[in-house]
Amino acid sequence: MKLAVDIGGTFTDVVLETPSGSASIKVLTTHDAPEKGVFQGIDQLLNKIDAHARDVDLVIHGTTLATNALIERKGARIALITTDGFRDSLEIAHEHRFEQYDLYMERPEPLVPRDLRLTVPERIAADGEVLKELDELAVHNLIPALEHAEIESVAICLLHSYINSAHEQHVANILSTALPGLVITQSSEVCPEIREYERMSTSCANAYIQPLMSRYLHKLECGLAENGFTCPLLLMMSSGGVTTVKTAAREPIRLVESGPAGGVIFSQRIAAECGVKQALSLDMGGTTAKLTFIDDLKPQYSRTFEVARQYRFLKGSGLPIRIPVIDMLEIGAGGGSIARVDELGRITVGPDSAGSTPGPACYDMGGIEPTMTDADVVLGRIDPNNFAGGKIALKADRAKTAIDDVLGQRLLLDSLISAAGITEIVDETMASAVRVHAVESGKDTTNRTLIVMGGAAPLHCARLAEKLDINHIIVPVGAGVGSAYGFLSAPIAYEVVRTRLIRLNEIDPQSLSLMFAEMRAEAEAVVRLGAPEAEVIETREAFMRYRGQGHEITVNLPSEMYDETIGSTMHELFEKHYTQLFNRSIPGLEIEALTWTLNLSTTPQPTATPVLLEPQSQIISNGSRQLFDPGIEETVDAIVYAREDLTADTEILGPAIIIESETTTVVPTKFNAKVNKAGHLILTSQ
Amino acid sequence: MKPSSMREIRLQVLWNRLLSVVEEQAQTLIRTSFSTAAREAGDVSAGVFGIDGKMIAQAVTGTAGHVNSMARAVGHFLEEFPITSMQPGDVYITNDPWKGTGHLHDVTVVSPTYKNENPVALFASTTHLVDIGGHGMSPDSRQVFHEGLYIPILPLMQKGKINEWLMKLIRQNVREPIQVEGDLYALIACNDKGSSRLLSMMDEYDLSDLNELSAYIIEHSHRGITEAINALPQGSWKHSMRIDGYDEPIDLVGEVTIANGKVTVDYTGSSPISSFGINCPLCYTEAYTAFAVKCLAAPTIPNNAGTLKAVIVKAPERTIVNAPPPCAVAARSTIGHMLPDVVFGCLHQALPNTLPAEGTSNLWNVRLAAGHGITGSAGTAFNLTLFHSGGVGARPHQDGLSATPFPSGVKNVPVEISEAITPIVIWRKDFRIDSGGPGAHRGGLGQTMEITNREEAPFGIHAVFERIKFPPQGRDGGSAGMAGKLRLGSGVKLKGKGFQVIPNGESLIIEMPGGGGFGYPITRNPLSVEKDVRQQLVSQNKAKTIYRVAFHDDLSIDAKRTAALRAKTTE
Repeated sequence: MKLAVDIGGTFTDVVLETPSGSASIKVLTTHDAPEKGVFQGIDQLLNKIDAHARDVDLVIHGTTLATNALIERKGARIALITTDGFRDSLEIAHEHRFEQYDLYMERPEPLVPRDLRLTVPERIAADGEVLKELDELAVHNLIPALEHAEIESVAICLLHSYINSAHEQHVANILSTALPGLVITQSSEVCPEIREYERMSTSCANAYIQPLMSRYLHKLECGLAENGFTCPLLLMMSSGGVTTVKTAAREPIRLVESGPAGGVIFSQRIAAECGVKQALSLDMGGTTAKLTFIDDLKPQYSRTFEVARQYRFLKGSGLPIRIPVIDMLEIGAGGGSIARVDELGRITVGPDSAGSTPGPACYDMGGIEPTMTDADVVLGRIDPNNFAGGKIALKADRAKTAIDDVLGQRLLLDSLISAAGITEIVDETMASAVRVHAVESGKDTTNRTLIVMGGAAPLHCARLAEKLDINHIIVPVGAGVGSAYGFLSAPIAYEVVRTRLIRLNEIDPQSLSLMFAEMRAEAEAVVRLGAPEAEVIETREAFMRYRGQGHEITVNLPSEMYDETIGSTMHELFEKHYTQLFNRSIPGLEIEALTWTLNLSTTPQPTATPVLLEPQSQIISNGSRQLFDPGIEETVDAIVYAREDLTADTEILGPAIIIESETTTVVPTKFNAKVNKAGHLILTSQ
Repeated sequence: MKPSSMREIRLQVLWNRLLSVVEEQAQTLIRTSFSTAAREAGDVSAGVFGIDGKMIAQAVTGTAGHVNSMARAVGHFLEEFPITSMQPGDVYITNDPWKGTGHLHDVTVVSPTYKNENPVALFASTTHLVDIGGHGMSPDSRQVFHEGLYIPILPLMQKGKINEWLMKLIRQNVREPIQVEGDLYALIACNDKGSSRLLSMMDEYDLSDLNELSAYIIEHSHRGITEAINALPQGSWKHSMRIDGYDEPIDLVGEVTIANGKVTVDYTGSSPISSFGINCPLCYTEAYTAFAVKCLAAPTIPNNAGTLKAVIVKAPERTIVNAPPPCAVAARSTIGHMLPDVVFGCLHQALPNTLPAEGTSNLWNVRLAAGHGITGSAGTAFNLTLFHSGGVGARPHQDGLSATPFPSGVKNVPVEISEAITPIVIWRKDFRIDSGGPGAHRGGLGQTMEITNREEAPFGIHAVFERIKFPPQGRDGGSAGMAGKLRLGSGVKLKGKGFQVIPNGESLIIEMPGGGGFGYPITRNPLSVEKDVRQQLVSQNKAKTIYRVAFHDDLSIDAKRTAALRAKTTE
C-alpha cells in the first residue's frame, strides 16, 4: 500500500492506494502546524477503510510550504556572502522594468537586505583560473557580523563558482568550523550554472527556506514513526521526481511547486493509460489555471521559473529560481476570477480572485463582484442546487445581479450575453497564453489531447479545446485529488547540472565523458538513498545555441562514452532540433553548448487506475437544463447526467451536462462524450 | 435564437486574439534573433495592419522607440509599392532611418497576407541588426553615409523567392554576414507566423476580411484615448532641459498643449542639429513623445491607428529633434530617451504630484571593442555591448528605481556571460553611494563598474554617455542626482562621448548618474533616512548635512539632535 499526501493552500489531500483500489480524503490545511492536518487526514482515511499504518509500504509527500514561505516572506534571517564588488547583483537583478508603461512600478525586495550582503576579496575568471586568491582573514572577519545579526542560514555565491568551487568551499569550511550551528547553502552545489543573478537568487531562496523546511521535515518524520509508520518517506520535487528527506532538507528549493508537479504526473499517467502521445495538461481551480505540454509521455521541463511574482503572473516580477522544474504556464484564471470592464469597454477577467471568502457573488457570502463561477451559473453550466455535491447552495439571482451591475449596464447587454462574454474572455485568454507559450517552446497545440483536473476545468475545457483546435479531452476519475494521485506514480529521480561553455569544433570527448561520469556518480548517490536496488534510466541534455545567440535550445544527448564523433553527432542533433523549432538551420555558424544536465530516474511504475472505494454522494439527475453554448452562440437544451450512473462505453451526445460531486463537465453541442473502461470521460469533437 | 449582441462579444474576443497573434509574431522574432539588442533589450516590434496601411495591433515589446514610428512605416511601404502591385509570397524591406525607426541598424520588413487570393492584411516587424557596416553604433559619424549600408524600400522576396542580389549586397557590406542574414530570415519567419495565425483565426470565425474588426478596434481605441486626454487638465505648459551633447550642450525645449482630445508637443526652441551622430529623426522623436504621454494618460490602451493621432509632435526641421538626411543619426537615442523628461517637465505643472523627477534616461550601455584598426593587433579582438543603467527619478510617493532603464526597457547581460565570451574582467558592479538625488523621496542610485582586460592588451570604449555635465534634476525641492563620470583607474578623466582607448594594464571606471529627488530632503521620513544609512545607500555625512538626520553610534536615530537640525533649517 502506498500513501500520498498533498498539502495545498486550502486542503490537504490524502490518497491511499491499495491492491484493490484507492481511497482519498480532503481535510483543511492547518497553516500554523501543517503536519497536524497531515496526521488528521491520514488517521481519518485509515480509519475509514480500516487500514493500518504498519501496512503502508511508502509515504510520498508534497507541500506548498516552501512556496508559501517565499511568497509570504516567512523564511529565516539570512546573509549572503559574495565576491567583492557584487553585493548588489541580488538587488540590481536584470535591470529591467517588467511593466513598460507603469511609472510607479516596484521591483520585489531582495531576500537579503543590503547590510546583510557581505563580500570577500577573491576572484575566479570565466575559465576557472584564480585571478585573486581568497582573503581568508576577511572571511574570519565576517563572523562577528553574522553572530551579531543572529544569522541562522547563509548563502555563499561567488563569481564563476559553477566552474571552480574552491573558494566557495573554502569560505564554507571556515564558517562551519567557527559557527557549527550555521546552515550553509553553496551556490556551486544548489545551482552550479552560469548567470550570477539567477544563481544568487536560487541560493538565497534555498538558504531562506532551509531552516523552516528541515524543522518541518524532521517533525513529520518523527510524527509518522509515532503513528506507527515504519516505511520510508519520500518528498515530491518540482521536477516531478521524488527524493529522500535527507536531500530535501539539504536542497528544499527543489520542493517548490511540488503539488502542481504532482498534477502533471497524474496527467502523464492518464496519458500513458489512454495511449495519448501528445497531451496538454490543464489544472484549473479557484484562482489559477496551470497548463503543461506532455509529449511522448514526457512533460515539458525547464530549468528556470519564478516564484512570488509581485505583479501577479507578470513575467519578470518574481524571484528567479534555477532548478529542474516541470514547465508550467500559470494564468490568473479560475472560478473566483473577477470580471470587470476596462476604459475601452473591454471585458477583462482576473488575474485577481474573490477566493473562497468572500467568494463569487452566488456564494452569497458578501461578494458583490461578478466572477467566472457566477457566469457559469447564469449560463446554466452549474446547477445552483447541485454545486459541490449539494453541499453549498448557490444563489443564481446574486450571480445575475452582480453581472448586470458591472457588465450589463455598462455594455448594454443582457445577463446571458454578459455571462457569455466573461467565459469567452476567460477561455480566449487561456487559449492565447497557451498559443504564445507554444511558440516560445517550439510546440503546437493542434491534435493534442487535453487532460483536465481541478474543479473549474471540466466546465471550460471543451470551449478551450475548440479555440486550440483540440479534438479530444479526458476528464479522468479522481481529478479532484489529481496531484496526490500523481505523487504515487512519480519516479525517484535527481538531476545534476554543469555549466561548461564548449564550442563543438573544440570538443574533447574524454573530458566530456569524465564530466558526465562525475555527474552520474553525484546523481546516483542521491537516487540510491531512496531506491537502493531499482533499475534506473539516465538522460542527458545539452543547452545549445549558435554562437552569438542568447537563448539556448535543449538537445537530448546519447548516454554513453563519447568518442571523436560526438562533435558531429551533437551538430546533427542540434540542427535537427533547431529546424523543428524554427523551420530552418543556419549553415556556416559555429555551434556551442553552455549547460549540461544529467537526470537519473527509476523506471516509472505502472500503477492501478484509481477505482474509488468510497461511496459517492447522491446526485439527482434533473432531466434537462437550458445551457448557453458560446461555440454556436445559442441557448440549447442540455440533458443532465450523474457521472456515477454512467457505465463503461456509455455514449452521450452533446449538448449535455455531467455532474459529479466535485465538478461538472460541460459537453457542448459540437462534442460527444464516452466513458471508457477505466471510468474516464472522453470528450470528442464531432 | 442567435442573440445579435454576441457580435460585441465576438469582436472583443477577436481583438484579444489579434493581440495574441502579434505577440506570437514578436516571440518568434525574439527567439530566433542574433542581435543582443533584439533578444536582451527586446528592441524589436511586430504588428498587423489593414491593407489601407492602418495599424490594427502591435505587440508590447521592450522598446518605446517603435511606438507610432512602426505604425507609420507601413504607409511608406505602400506609397512605394501599392497593395495592388504586391503578390502572395512578397516581402519588402528598408532600414531608412526616416521611414522606419530612426537609424540604419533597425530594419523593417513588411509582408502581405492573402486569403483566397485577396489581400487581407500586412504584417510588419522590426529588429535591431548586429551590424550594418560603416561606423556602426558610434556617435562619431558625421553623416548617415558614414553609418553603414542604407537600404531603400525594396522587395526582399518576390512570390516566395528571396532577392539573392540584395542579400549578396547586404552580406558584402556588414561585419557579421551570417548573423545579419539570420536576423533577416527571423523577420520573414515571424511575419509568416503572424500571417498563418491570422488566417486560422479568420477560418475559425468565418471572416473574409478584417474591415469590421479593424474599424471596431480603431474606433474603441480612439474613443478611449480621447476620453483619457479630455480628463486631463487643458492648457499649455513649457519646459526646457539642458543636456551634455557631443561637443556642446544641447537644449531640449518643449511645449505641451492639451486641448480637443489631443496632446500636442511642440519642440520649437530646441538646439539645432549636431555634426555628430546624436541627431534624432522626427519619427523617433514622435515615438518617445507618444510613449511619455501614454504612460500618463493611457498606459493600458493598446497602440494602433486609433491612438496614433492623439499625440501630435511638431519640431522645426534642422533642429536636433527633427534632423533631416544626411545627418548622422546612429545614436539618436541620446536625444530620444531624454524627451519623456521634457514632456514630464511640462506636465508636472499641470499635474503636480503625479510624474517622476528626471532620471538618467539615457542608457549607459558599455560598448567595448579591441582588434586591428581599433586598438591594435595585441590580444584577442572582440566587440561587446553591455546594457546598463543609472538611477531613475524619484516618484511623488516612492523612491526612484536604482540601476534601472527608463524610458527604455532593456535587460542587462550577466557579468559571467560577458566574461565568458571576451577577455574582459568586471571587477565591480554595485550601487554608487549617495548618487540618488536627495528628496522627500530619493532618486534611484546609479552604479559603479570597473573593467579591465585580462590580456596584456589595450581595449577601447565607444562612449555615448549623458548626464555627466548636467545631472538629472529633482522636482518640488528635490535635489539633482549625482552626475555620471568616466575615468581610468589611474584617475585620468575620459570624455562622455566618442571612441577612447584604455591602455594596457589600466582599468576603466564607469560611474553612472543617480535619479533626481522629489520634495525637500529635510521632509524625508527619518526612518527612511535611517534605513538608507544602514544599507549604505546614503552616507552618514550626507544624512546629516542634507537630510538633517543625526545618528547615535549604533546607527539608531538621535531624535533630539535630528529635531534640532531640522528646526534650524526650516527657520
